[in-house]
Amino acid sequence: MSSDTVISVENLGKLYTLNHRGNGQPYATLRDVIARTAVMPLKAVATKFKASVGLNGSHPQGSPFSNSVEDFWALKNVSFEVKQGDVVGIIGRNGAGKSTLLKILSRITEPTEGRIYIKGRVASLLEVGTGFHPELTGRENIYLNGSILGMSRAEVKAKFDEIVAFAEIEKFLDTPVKRYSSGMYVRLAFAVAAHLEPEILIIDEVLAVGDAEFQKKCLGKMQNVSHSGRTVLFVSHNMAAVTSLTRNAALLQAGKCVFFGETQEAVGKYLSSIQSQDSRYEAAPKPGVPSITRAEVFCSQPSAVHESGAPMRIEFDFYHPEPIPKACLSFQIVNQTQVPVLHFRAFDHPVEICRESGTTTLVCQIPRLNLNVGQYSLTAYFSDPPGGQVYEVLEGVCQFSVVILNRTSLWGWRTENCTYHEEAEWTTRPN
Amino acid sequence: MNVPRAKPPTGYKRHITTDVNPNQLVATTGGSMPKFRKAHELLIEPGRTEKNYWGDLWRYRELFYILAWRDISVRYKQTAIGVLWALLRPFLAMVIFVVVFGRIAKMPSNGIPYPILVFSAMLPWQFFSSSLSEASTSLVGNANLISKIYFPRLIIPAGAVITSLVDFLISAALLGVLMIWLRFVPDWRLITLPLFTLLAFLAALGPGLLLAALTVKFRDFRYVIPFIVQFGLFISPVGFSSDVIPENWRLVYSLNPIVGVIDGFRWAICRGEAHIYAPGFILSVGIVGLFLLIGIRYFRNTEKTFADVI
Repeated sequence: MSSDTVISVENLGKLYTLNHRGNGQPYATLRDVIARTAVMPLKAVATKFKASVGLNGSHPQGSPFSNSVEDFWALKNVSFEVKQGDVVGIIGRNGAGKSTLLKILSRITEPTEGRIYIKGRVASLLEVGTGFHPELTGRENIYLNGSILGMSRAEVKAKFDEIVAFAEIEKFLDTPVKRYSSGMYVRLAFAVAAHLEPEILIIDEVLAVGDAEFQKKCLGKMQNVSHSGRTVLFVSHNMAAVTSLTRNAALLQAGKCVFFGETQEAVGKYLSSIQSQDSRYEAAPKPGVPSITRAEVFCSQPSAVHESGAPMRIEFDFYHPEPIPKACLSFQIVNQTQVPVLHFRAFDHPVEICRESGTTTLVCQIPRLNLNVGQYSLTAYFSDPPGGQVYEVLEGVCQFSVVILNRTSLWGWRTENCTYHEEAEWTTRPN
Repeated sequence: MNVPRAKPPTGYKRHITTDVNPNQLVATTGGSMPKFRKAHELLIEPGRTEKNYWGDLWRYRELFYILAWRDISVRYKQTAIGVLWALLRPFLAMVIFVVVFGRIAKMPSNGIPYPILVFSAMLPWQFFSSSLSEASTSLVGNANLISKIYFPRLIIPAGAVITSLVDFLISAALLGVLMIWLRFVPDWRLITLPLFTLLAFLAALGPGLLLAALTVKFRDFRYVIPFIVQFGLFISPVGFSSDVIPENWRLVYSLNPIVGVIDGFRWAICRGEAHIYAPGFILSVGIVGLFLLIGIRYFRNTEKTFADVI
């Protein structure tokens, strides 16, 4: 552990015990409780009798009315290190243990095993508006929330005007917060939290609320925080935010930390875990329903890897029990932050599909696909002309990766630089 | 178990303008946060009693005031007469005392106006009972804070007791008004009143912490508290003086922690008419201390599980 490590997590584990009600009943009604209590002495006698005669062993817990407990490890053997000034993302599916990890780091709950070493003061923002009381005015709530988050009254007073300006609620400072719109509420809550100045800041999915303008503001503020040299731990499902703000990321899966390293790689692993990496999509045709039965991407390199700049072929098979006049097909190539980079439309070209009943194969040949490095997938739309029926939408199928070969660059190739490489000519002109 | 750590990328530099040497780190969060030469270090382990807890309590001391202030201001929001209710309620209670005990009941009082005798016992009793009720539900009522933010949880029940203290002070002021109206002048013993107030505070804090921690896990206590309070009203020397208890029972009677407090209040206010039974008083004070110790210990032990259980 080097001297500039500010957070060191070793073999962290958190155990919860779950109670399962016996007899499969989720809730106990009063009638059941009375019946159970009345019958209990008789059952006890019967069980003892059976035990003495040797007839027991049918119920694992002895009585069908007892509860069983199950151990649930929300986190198990999680280890990683964060250095001073790092901005680390924590990603994973719902239920992977991200919020539990943050709660343990914020000392809200205790770990069952393992240890954490933290150097520096921690402020955590696990929910916006914690501590806000609806009856108090905006002004009073700023002091209340600021105090609860760890700022002193003097500090809140000094930053009061900044907070109000960030939240843009000058007019409504003296109305009770219960009268605020949800947008104002969230802006105010984030404004107070954004002006904390801890050494380590822990943020849990607070960007999930608010409109686009607000999210932009929050991201901007968080970028400021990270540039000022503070350590930030950031949990989010918004892959674009995670890739733009963080340098390293930890990927949690079912309570285990399966990867800790560069954000790009972590996001890639996350996305490939939620969808299987397969460059071919196949589905059985449903009788009577038009559908896409096959979608396949033919990459220039083996195992679904494509070289940027090389030609690519994409094929679709359709099943249509009846001819569909003017059937429309289009597909998008979507990058790993769910942004569609390219859109190819068959209906704007003189090619006709679904002319007769049965099956059709459609081939799309792209002469030069100049995508940037990263992971991509297809989203395909199969429908009638506008105003008609949509037959099928396939999302996230045919994943493939793009790499750049035989071309070196001084600064290297990074996914966040751009989405697509366009060809251009560079010359100088004497002036 | 070490997770494979990817190599840092080559490419463009990260846009950091300052180079921070952690050995020179100074905590820059101003105000109540103290400045350290070395950065604040923390080790989180299962079962580790936090040595920094009392330091944390001092660091978060403003929260005592803020939570109490929040509870009090919220009471009178959107009311027509607002804070006047804080004066009106004890005032009305006082009027009832004067009318019922002074005029109608006409109990013997040894030269001291009966209302004052009863009021001086009602004062600590109201403080004790309301702080017990408030403190026991305080943790459950602030569940959203407990599950989302870290601060020493002791502050929450303590804040509830402080809220009751504010009501106590207002009622004490009204007692002063009553004394003036009845032309009753207390003697030097009144100086000891702050001491007895402190004793009342500690007497309320101990059981308050204990019940608060118990109520988190066993919500039954929510329903037990009003019963305890009602029962306590009858066995505590509020409506009567402790002198009526027979001699050989007095020591046992003093096991009730509030007995010492009420006797002390009566002694301080009523010109020494109510005598303090010294061994009983010392026993009561001892019980107060014991409850405080038990309360704090149980609270600290179960505090770690609050967020999981609440």
